[in-house]
Amino acid sequence: MITTDICIIGAGPVGLFAVFEAGLLKMRCHLIDALPQVGGQLSEIYPQKPIYDIPGFPDIKAQDLVDNLMEQIAPFHPSFTLGERVESLERQADGSFHITTNEQTTVHCQVVVIAGGLGCFEPRKPDIAGLEEFEGKGVAYMVKNPELFRDRRVVLAGGGDSALDWTVFLANIAQEVTLIHRSDSFRGAPDSAEKVFELAKEGRINLILQSNITSISGNGHLQEITIAAKDKTVTKLATDHLIPLFGLTPKLGPIADWGLQIDKAAIQVDTTDYSTNVERIYAIGDINTYPGKLKLILCGFHEAALMCQSAFKYVYPSQKLSFKYTTVNGIPTF
Amino acid sequence: MIHITIEDLNGDREPIEIPEGISLSLMEVLKASDYPILATCGGMALCATCHVGVLEGADALPPVNDAEGAMLDTLPDADADSRLACQLRVDDTINGAVFRLRAT
Repeated sequence: MITTDICIIGAGPVGLFAVFEAGLLKMRCHLIDALPQVGGQLSEIYPQKPIYDIPGFPDIKAQDLVDNLMEQIAPFHPSFTLGERVESLERQADGSFHITTNEQTTVHCQVVVIAGGLGCFEPRKPDIAGLEEFEGKGVAYMVKNPELFRDRRVVLAGGGDSALDWTVFLANIAQEVTLIHRSDSFRGAPDSAEKVFELAKEGRINLILQSNITSISGNGHLQEITIAAKDKTVTKLATDHLIPLFGLTPKLGPIADWGLQIDKAAIQVDTTDYSTNVERIYAIGDINTYPGKLKLILCGFHEAALMCQSAFKYVYPSQKLSFKYTTVNGIPTF
Repeated sequence: MIHITIEDLNGDREPIEIPEGISLSLMEVLKASDYPILATCGGMALCATCHVGVLEGADALPPVNDAEGAMLDTLPDADADSRLACQLRVDDTINGAVFRLRAT
């Protein structure tokens, strides 16, 4: 088990800067992020985009800001669990927490700070009757191991890049591949779209356009899907697997079940210290909400500083906090 | 003034007046008008929580850009009149248009 003072969920810019503010108060941090690298949306979505509203930087590339933050917090030796998603939170008798990830990594901490940004990106689920019943029993929302589909019958649904790319890839592995798309054209990735049309022409895949899957059925495992075309014809297709690929959508994930006050997918906080309604849990950055909230990195930095001043009492209950400037005291590393 | 009409999830229509020269996206106007738009990603065409249908005035709108097109293609329920409100600027091109909110 990993033991730390503060467990920060989300290693985006605000989560990273919280390590610095915590470090000034001699509080150690462990960060968990579902993405395989630090930086949150800055590194994942727009690493090369310039940001113009970081105080002191007329412009700075998103990835450079992340790199600078990593350098800034290095003296405080934060530890990281990356590529894992926080699944559960368990309150201990002394008020501290055990946090467990989907890979069973466990962290013991005095304070939890949610700096989850947009939330976790989860697969978007289409409205298909019976879909959830067959999750893990023939229905999967991503291709983790293509070998699972070798010599099987696979139906893919969707029209984005990943639907096209996996159709092309699985055409060489699966016994039978069918791609179902609601429209008759694909707007993204013209190369992949062309390949899909070619494979269909050669008879190596089934391409069903202008159609949607309306329901699925089976006996303990997926066996059949029902397809409705735009012209109202309904057909049934036997299959072993269904892979709906409709992109990812940001969700709060398991955090939504922790008893926190949530308003429109954001966590409500008290602006005196960015605490939530649950003692020892704070929320900072884009994931929180309060009157006047602005989703800005600089606001998240401010929230991180105030949060740490408040969290101190849980980490050092018998000590009195005295505020110190870095210009006077430097960086008290540990 | 720019005039648009919004049809909510119940099918009720309401006109909105927006001063000209305002630098906002349709998503921002919808949020400011208290429509139930999450706009989780803040306008980067990443979450599609501002998905709208264009019932009238689609021809005058600027074409779908790459980011918007890629996102719309991934949606299970998008159709020919689908747009992302965050990618539509509030200017003359949307004057007179009627938008339908889509459940997300």
